[in-house]
Amino acid sequence: MSWHPGDEHVTVMRPPAPGAAGGTYRVFAETMRGLKTTFSRVVEGVHTLQYPEQKTAVYPRFRGRHRLHKFEDTGLEKCVGCSLCAAACPADCIRVVAAENTPDTRVSAGERYAAVYEINLSRCIFCGYCEVACPFDAITMGNDYEMSDYQRSDLIFTKEMLLAEPVERTPLRADGE
Amino acid sequence: MIDYPAVVQYYEPWWIQIIKAIVIFAIILQLQPILIVGERKLLGRFQGRYGPNRVGPYGLATPLADIIKLATKEQFRPDTSIGWMFALAPVISVLTAVGAIAIIPFGDTQDIFGTDVGLYGIDVSVGPLFVFAMGAVAFYGIMLGGFSSGSKYSFLGAMRAAAQLISYEVAQGLALVGVIMTSQTLSLTEIVHAQEGMWYFIPQFLGFLIFLVASFAETNRAPFDLVEADAEIVGGYFTEYGGTRFTSYLFAEYINMCVVCLIMVTVFFGGWLLPFGINPPGWVDPFVVLAKTSVFLIFFIWIRATLPRLRYDQLMSFGWKILLPLATLNTLATAVIIVVTD
Repeated sequence: MSWHPGDEHVTVMRPPAPGAAGGTYRVFAETMRGLKTTFSRVVEGVHTLQYPEQKTAVYPRFRGRHRLHKFEDTGLEKCVGCSLCAAACPADCIRVVAAENTPDTRVSAGERYAAVYEINLSRCIFCGYCEVACPFDAITMGNDYEMSDYQRSDLIFTKEMLLAEPVERTPLRADGE
Repeated sequence: MIDYPAVVQYYEPWWIQIIKAIVIFAIILQLQPILIVGERKLLGRFQGRYGPNRVGPYGLATPLADIIKLATKEQFRPDTSIGWMFALAPVISVLTAVGAIAIIPFGDTQDIFGTDVGLYGIDVSVGPLFVFAMGAVAFYGIMLGGFSSGSKYSFLGAMRAAAQLISYEVAQGLALVGVIMTSQTLSLTEIVHAQEGMWYFIPQFLGFLIFLVASFAETNRAPFDLVEADAEIVGGYFTEYGGTRFTSYLFAEYINMCVVCLIMVTVFFGGWLLPFGINPPGWVDPFVVLAKTSVFLIFFIWIRATLPRLRYDQLMSFGWKILLPLATLNTLATAVIIVVTD
């Protein structure tokens, strides 16, 4: 004895079966609509930036490659070699070796200075914690984002490289842009 | 009734035949890199980007860079493949694609330095049949390539190609029958001459549409590129091919695209004829044909940028349940009209 569904049954609404004449007409109209859509993209023009020639302008708070700073008036380094940035760094990419300032060789404004200051940019995650941790605003995140190189050892930036002005300026967005 | 004359009314020395063959082959072959870079640039424009623009002025040397890259690659062959077939298959594809160009008329018979030269490879009395014969053999290039690769993806691609090409060749052929009945000739030059009053895409508009759609399927172009559907079967029949053999397949595909466009122009759009009674000197004819062809090539690229790939069952039901009955109806209606008005 087979199962009898009873008198109550559910009516299922389905779209017309594909392949009918109506379906063909619908496909034709949709094809025309699609052709119009793609052609209007041609009319609209391109939206891409030609990267090496045109660079994306970054926002002022963009976290790019780090920079170390000096006092503008005295020319002394702001960094006092406290290693707070190295302690804050989650990727453990900053290495600081401090040394005492002597009256003959005075490098920084404080008691000590960073004899070695290295950032391994192949490990850096650009979180900006070093900038936050620094009590003297000696290290900040710059705007430079072109840091690829041919060798890993070239990505370890020394103090002299971090202190120097970037060779090529990254375009910066104006306020409200 | 059109009083059609004997097809060859003049004698061409053998060396003219050879020169013509070389010139036509050279021109068509040089068109392919332009077509490839043009397609990539146009596809870019359709997607709101520039496309290749780095190598050479406006990126026009991109195909040269491609060729150098592909030609210097290692000749690779899988262990499971069948050697001689694997090497032969791309050759078949290219030969048949180029062979079909031989009969395309680029112009009428011209008097060049006192010699009558037809601006076509050869004017055979069975024009469209020759093209379809070449298309049928070209299918062996795809089929053998996929079969001999010894890979499941190649094999699946070849099987799809077999089913697809056979299904759509029927509709494509039937779509041309209406034109042949109207012009009462199979010679392509005669078909063009028969269009001097009106181009055939007006009386044979349905036939033209069917031929256009079937041509997309015959050349494995989107939206009918199931043969090389990269999402499902990697690359289809040329999955295992690389280097110059892959280049051969690529060229064969683009030459095939040119061939169907040239056939469409010849059969439906009056070949070298111009509308509104413009009658330029004979040397303009090939440029007219190429200009009309490029319009269709651009349309092919436009379609590729627009339509997504069909599902396999949709492809089959569209070919057999819609295109084939429509083509048959078109043929019947044309036959009835010809008999009634005659």
